[in-house]
Amino acid sequence: MLTKRIIPCLDVRNGRVVKGVNFEGLRDVSDPVTLARFYNQAGADELVFYDITASAEGRPLFADALRAVAAEVFIPLTVGGSINTVDDFDRVLKCGADKVSVNSGALRDPSLIENAAKRYGDQCVVLSMDVKRVDGSFHVFARGGREDTGRDAIEWAKFGEDHGAGEIVLNSIDTDGVRKGFDLEMLQAIGDVVRLPIIASGGAGCMEDFVTLFRLPCVDAGLAASIFHSQEVEINALKAYLKEQGVPMRI
Amino acid sequence: MIAVVDYGVGNLYSLNCSLRHIGAESVVTRDESVLRAADKIILPGVGAFGDAAAKLRELGLDTLLKELAAAGKPLMGICLGMQLLFDESHEYGCHQGLGLIPGKVMPLAPVLPDGMKVPHMGWNSLTFHKPEDVLLTGISEGSHVYYVHSFYATDCEAAWVATSEYGGVTVPGAVRCGNVCGTQFHPEKSGGIGLQMLASFAKEDTVC
Repeated sequence: MLTKRIIPCLDVRNGRVVKGVNFEGLRDVSDPVTLARFYNQAGADELVFYDITASAEGRPLFADALRAVAAEVFIPLTVGGSINTVDDFDRVLKCGADKVSVNSGALRDPSLIENAAKRYGDQCVVLSMDVKRVDGSFHVFARGGREDTGRDAIEWAKFGEDHGAGEIVLNSIDTDGVRKGFDLEMLQAIGDVVRLPIIASGGAGCMEDFVTLFRLPCVDAGLAASIFHSQEVEINALKAYLKEQGVPMRI
Repeated sequence: MIAVVDYGVGNLYSLNCSLRHIGAESVVTRDESVLRAADKIILPGVGAFGDAAAKLRELGLDTLLKELAAAGKPLMGICLGMQLLFDESHEYGCHQGLGLIPGKVMPLAPVLPDGMKVPHMGWNSLTFHKPEDVLLTGISEGSHVYYVHSFYATDCEAAWVATSEYGGVTVPGAVRCGNVCGTQFHPEKSGGIGLQMLASFAKEDTVC
């Protein structure tokens, strides 16, 4: 039986992991390799690395960190951040990424999804969306959640599916950092219209939030950062608890 | 020495790192003499079957791999590399495979119930059919391995080593026909379980 996945997300700036709360107030958490090794041993099903380096000088540091992680952690690695072209896909895939997540880059140039899928396969293309409620509907935001694109999130998810995305990360700006649970309403609204695997992100505050999350059949994975980095929720304990609650888990 | 076939399909970084991690000597190559000299061969692959099969032919690797497999050299296909071991694939048209394991590769979507997602992506548990197979050494039934695929091998029950169930469909996870074996899942991405399988393949010194 296919299990639900628990995915810690590591934001990396200049080769170091930082955590974001409502996309602001970043603080240094730890070294990427140390954290990756720790999460692998704790039973993480996958790791996501977002490169939030603002400068071109930081890019090689990210590549070094990624190569170092991929050389000793043998679970799927997804990389996002600063992915604007098919060449960017190439750059991170060569460093050991298995999947590449596109966000603002695809909003600027929607053909990126299809071009990357044709070159590397659907399984490689993850469409990551920052979603926020605006006037009663769900809008997609760009640039780390700072800019309302005016695009309808449901339409954008469907567009991604039709053009070769293999998976979708749905990050709720409304619930991110609030720690009162995932944005079930938004997840359900988009889950109703796409058949792609859905990774839910934003809002996890405790183990119970994941139990509630996985009651939605459309959700395949739960992603979180700060609660794992701070060890408020331990992944192995979380997975054991979820299994007890009847959620299929890899233990 | 394990030769990893480099035919321009897929990302070999993780596979190389995982082989290094288990202490196996490996080389990435498309050179005929290196492939002939290797003790074992791994055929990796990600992407479309038709393109991959065409590349193997273009490089003359199809006839070489068939010859080496017939001579008894252990050959392991991974993901698309496993699918290429079969007779044919119906992925966007009909394409010839290497014909080293009887069976054909078909799309998952038409046989899945409504609402089941494609690709079959994530960690799935293994049911053993040939628990004595060397690939399963030291692994417990029910262990999870990482899959990402939209096509699967059919009409190959005799080759089943271990399978997973997805939406009521039996997905061949590991298959074998003599010295030729393969995994639909990615052992290099399946944590300790996958590394154990690669180590078993690396150590395997008898041909089943």
